[in-house]
Amino acid sequence: MSQKLVDSLKSEFGDKIVSVNNSCGDESVLVPGDSLPAVLKYLKESESCEQLTDVIGVDYPERTERFEVNYLLRSIANKSRINVKVAVEEGMDIPTVSDIYKSANWAEREVFDLYGVKFRNHPDLRRILCHHEFEGHALRKDYPIEQGQFLSTPEKLIDDIEYHGGAFRADEVEGEDNPFDLLNVNIGPSHPATHGALRIEVQLDGETIVKAKSEIGYLHRCFEKEAEDHTWSQVMPYTDRLNYVSSMLNNCIYASSVEKLLGVEVPQRAQIIRVIVSELSRIIDHLVCICANLVDIGALTNYWYFYNIREGIYYDIIEPLCGSRLTTNFARIGGLSHDLFDGFEDAVEKHLQKMEVAIKEVTGLIARNRIFLDRTVDVGVLTTDEALSYGYTGPCLRATGLDYDVRKHAPYSGYEDYKFDVPIGENGDTRDRIMVRMEEMYQSASIIRQGIQKLTPGPIALDNASVSLPPKESVYGSIEGVMNQFKLISEGIKVPAGEAYGYGEGANGELGFFCVSDGTGQPHRLKVRPPCFPIFSAFDEIIEGLMIADAIAILGSINIIAGELDR
Amino acid sequence: MAVALDNPSNFMTTRLRQAVNWGRKYSLWPLPFGTACCAIEFMSTVSSYNDISRFGAEAVRFSPRQSDLLLVAGTISYKQVPILKTIYAQMCEPKWVISMGACASTGGFYNNYSTLQGIDKIIPVDYYVAGCPPTPENLLSALVSLQDRVQNEGLVPSAERHQQVIR
Repeated sequence: MSQKLVDSLKSEFGDKIVSVNNSCGDESVLVPGDSLPAVLKYLKESESCEQLTDVIGVDYPERTERFEVNYLLRSIANKSRINVKVAVEEGMDIPTVSDIYKSANWAEREVFDLYGVKFRNHPDLRRILCHHEFEGHALRKDYPIEQGQFLSTPEKLIDDIEYHGGAFRADEVEGEDNPFDLLNVNIGPSHPATHGALRIEVQLDGETIVKAKSEIGYLHRCFEKEAEDHTWSQVMPYTDRLNYVSSMLNNCIYASSVEKLLGVEVPQRAQIIRVIVSELSRIIDHLVCICANLVDIGALTNYWYFYNIREGIYYDIIEPLCGSRLTTNFARIGGLSHDLFDGFEDAVEKHLQKMEVAIKEVTGLIARNRIFLDRTVDVGVLTTDEALSYGYTGPCLRATGLDYDVRKHAPYSGYEDYKFDVPIGENGDTRDRIMVRMEEMYQSASIIRQGIQKLTPGPIALDNASVSLPPKESVYGSIEGVMNQFKLISEGIKVPAGEAYGYGEGANGELGFFCVSDGTGQPHRLKVRPPCFPIFSAFDEIIEGLMIADAIAILGSINIIAGELDR
Repeated sequence: MAVALDNPSNFMTTRLRQAVNWGRKYSLWPLPFGTACCAIEFMSTVSSYNDISRFGAEAVRFSPRQSDLLLVAGTISYKQVPILKTIYAQMCEPKWVISMGACASTGGFYNNYSTLQGIDKIIPVDYYVAGCPPTPENLLSALVSLQDRVQNEGLVPSAERHQQVIR
């Protein structure tokens, strides 16, 4: 966050800035809706805020201007962030900023879908997560959480694509039975190569994609609505199922986001363990992403090589550590659920060595493989500027050549004490995305080894009765312990009123949690900023003009996890 | 089943139903309707550590026309309902359904506006697998139980299997 941006805005826009607020170190400015595009344009052009991280709606039913829309902006060059807010009355609309930041396109659609806030001049203002027959707006406080609505007919995207629009052959032959008709092909939502429930409708000329349109929301599980219905601690298991391939990372980043709002810092040992398990999760995520991607290209052997490593880590490390394989529920607000098991260090070292062998084997199979190179080099290229505008973070952004990594850029959980490199690519093509992930696994292994070196005995949870659950001896042995446990479980942690955006480096990119508390035990609003969502929004543009088989290879390399995409 | 060992032509007698079902149960072709976390555990079940091919069900097909075991792995949202119903209807008889995991079976801990509260509201289910997500061992156990069931079924699908899709 930066005071400098606020000062600059004040001097440029003067009294147009309605109010300035600072909550947990996050600066925010409230501006009128009509001057929003001018403010964002100024921030982008004069203050080098390259990225619109997310657009977040919040509902305050008691206010006249009921909805608040937050635009989180980031300048990677200046290492600063700012939150620009707009208040909207029900039925009113605000101008779109999708012409300034490409990431605003889908993000605004989401706010429209869930809150009903309309964006003036938006190019394609349709629902995005809920289905098209859905009535009402789900995240409004007055929408009952359990009121489901059946969908009778799936949405026809074919109608969306202008039939034969922009086609270069359709005009050449006249008559109804035109032999060069373009072919509409529907991929998904149940398709082996979509890695989850996605739907892409493509218009083909031969095998070349002329136009593409994708649809998401098939795995919308209402994480955010569920969060508003539970206490802060009860949200933890829901975060497991966001990016279910690397659930430890979600746990840790969620916990640290709420800790930011609480203003507490967890003990040293808990921080180190969080770093170790986060990096293990990152390794697992990259293993699964790469092996699934290579299967799509046709390299099945690598799938067995990588998947066995992952199985080993699950069976020997993750399951003994937290009792389950995928949905770990390991971190707690203010610490961890339990300590490491005996022999953890040896098990980790054993599997890291196996992993390094597997990476060498797989690299040996693909690095100079003609088929692999033909399928991936210069395919699905995205430039750094475009990637930034689309809100890319993580390996996909680093593949374009920019070394933005939250662990280096804004260190958390003590990442500043670890030595590691941030691998970057050159062209931003499919090969670079795969190879950046390969190298990141080596770096993660190095971080894990450093973390194990640093481990010293100590508490793993905060000694703070209003945040951490008391030890079991105290619960069963004293009335204070029973009361404490009862209050924390039934009422939840009383997080002070305010808002904070906590974020960290997820496996796919920046994973953020925008927490708004009203002082009760439940979140008033909890918005996830999933790395996949902006990444997938660029997919249509990337694949247009390429072959259909390339689209599959690209989809694997940007690593879309539906649980995180649709929440 | 009876085997005549003393006869030089070595024949055996059995019932047609049993012979056909014996073939069916060891060659189930699953269609993984994977949407969420459970699909990742299904990948684990297929991979070499757990190796579903030990039970003859490794021929994973993503076309409903080629498969006879629908494996619903993951949360089914209302947006998925028409798709799941269509896929089930497209599968040829005989066909079986395994509902993998808490979400597919009951909606799990997602009791909200977007999540279908159990796929048995829209299609018939043979086996429910507990867990969130179930471990690969759990899924294999359901597969073995299903094989027993297949062995004891009639030659043609019984009337109850033809029940209408509920909604």
